[in-house]
Amino acid sequence: MYTKNGESYFIVDAHIHAWDATPANQANRYGEGFINCFYDYHRNLSPADRVWTLEEFQKQSEERIIKDLFEEGYVDKAIFQPTYLTDFYVNGFNTTEQNGVLAEKHPDKFIANGSWDPRDGENGLTKLAELAERWQLQGVKLYTAEWKGASKGWKLSDPWAYRYFEKCQELGIRNIHVHKGPTIYPLNRDAFDVADVDDAATAFPDLNFIVEHVGLPRLEDFCWIATQEPNVYGGLAVAMPFIHTRPRYFAQIVGELLYWIGEDRITFASDYAIWTPQWLIERFVDFQIPEDLTEYAPLTTEVKKKILGLNAAKLYDIDVPADLRLPESTDGAVGAEPVPVA
Amino acid sequence: MTTATGMTSLEDRVRAALGTVRDPELDESITDLDFVASVTVGDVGDVGSGATVGGGGEVVVELRLPTYFCAPNFAYLMVADAHDAVSAVAGVGPVTIRLLDHFASDEINAGVAGGRGFSGSFPGLADDELHELRVTFQRKAHQACQERVASRVVRSGRPLEDLAGLTLGDAAPGPELDRLRRRRADLGLPADDAAPLLLGPDGTPVTAPDLVTQLRLAKTTRISIEGNAGLCRGLLGVRYGLGRETG
Repeated sequence: MYTKNGESYFIVDAHIHAWDATPANQANRYGEGFINCFYDYHRNLSPADRVWTLEEFQKQSEERIIKDLFEEGYVDKAIFQPTYLTDFYVNGFNTTEQNGVLAEKHPDKFIANGSWDPRDGENGLTKLAELAERWQLQGVKLYTAEWKGASKGWKLSDPWAYRYFEKCQELGIRNIHVHKGPTIYPLNRDAFDVADVDDAATAFPDLNFIVEHVGLPRLEDFCWIATQEPNVYGGLAVAMPFIHTRPRYFAQIVGELLYWIGEDRITFASDYAIWTPQWLIERFVDFQIPEDLTEYAPLTTEVKKKILGLNAAKLYDIDVPADLRLPESTDGAVGAEPVPVA
Repeated sequence: MTTATGMTSLEDRVRAALGTVRDPELDESITDLDFVASVTVGDVGDVGSGATVGGGGEVVVELRLPTYFCAPNFAYLMVADAHDAVSAVAGVGPVTIRLLDHFASDEINAGVAGGRGFSGSFPGLADDELHELRVTFQRKAHQACQERVASRVVRSGRPLEDLAGLTLGDAAPGPELDRLRRRRADLGLPADDAAPLLLGPDGTPVTAPDLVTQLRLAKTTRISIEGNAGLCRGLLGVRYGLGRETG
């Protein structure tokens, strides 16, 4: 919870990791390149006094994660989004099991999401059922640019992906976090294109599709499909830190999102450990659309409360203390109701 | 680099040619984006990566990108376009374009040098060349340029609802209009003064009922491209120690 000027905000950090990118776990030059790329994002978009050394960035201890998120970071509930990258890292970069250890130790603090890959076929479906049972999965994170042997990626519209979405419905997994990356099959197509999210969201209206990084670098494609699909959400991971380096651009992103998809389908995330939530939350609560950007309405406290936690709390059925909910909500007690399905 | 006067002008021409190559996704030239790491022309000596360049107008260009994992299709287009642009410069001999520090540097460099095309450079991983991808991004760039010109027209006092009936001749002359005409030419769309001010993504004139949505989507597209370009500049800056970007 974060309190400022008499207003208290319930905080859900909807996209975090506990990764191991230490040299000992790097399987090849791709593993090294991947964490260095993340580190450049961190160095480029963090305030100078928040920049870590590469060594600090490669792996965080349990104590550090707890401190960064909950002691200093105001977070009430954090959602682990695994990214396996087993072709790049010996034991994987950030698996459900790695995250699950922490989630099990601190059940009041974390939610552990799982993952699947349609290229794993029948065996993967069985594994998904086991994973769902073991970790009580409510959500999965899908990374379409994941390499697997000769393959450099996949699409949500692949026939096997639909088998997995059906399995998710059967297992009660309702939140599908989608992260696009730079590669895909076939490589000549635009890997960041979110058209396949449109297909899947139409075919599975009972599932929620949270497009991470609000579709960036294809904000326009994301907004266009999210406007038409009520079960498509935008996750602010990676977009958040622009609040420091490029606040006008951040204002434009938020302004466009509010115009196209509205205040109920945008969720806050730090993308920890790329960034830490403390400064992002403090700045966001203080943030206002610059006055000369007259096409956007000012951000209200209510909108900020929804983005910082209440929207994600709804998706994950997180119980929000009564005093942190919005008064006179038109759709019931925000944060305590089950997910409304479109 | 070389000191001979004649050779320097060849280098200038090579750099000018590289300035015509655009990052298709960011719609900016690779020289403005600082993607050109080095240009070596017809001299003997060490090139960045240890190769040697002989006389006879031989040119070696080294390119760098913001991340190790930048999308390989766009990277390939820039390397191939740079090869074509430099090869077309009068007086240039053999041309080598070398993409540095990228996960697919070897495949891209060898593929462009050998004229293998994109699918030939990534056997089994692509089902076509990159024409469709290029056109998709030329269309996005066109929409973004058009929105800049249209916003200026609206700011000058024309009511928004008039825009569907206007032509390029009604817009104020300037670099934004010139750029829009060039993007139209890329796509084979009408770019003269009598051409409609607003064309939809499919090239047909925007009609009044669609005007607000089309312009709004074009604006989101412009914000996305501009924001992405800013991010890429910042990442390139920290990756190569070019000074911290705070744009």
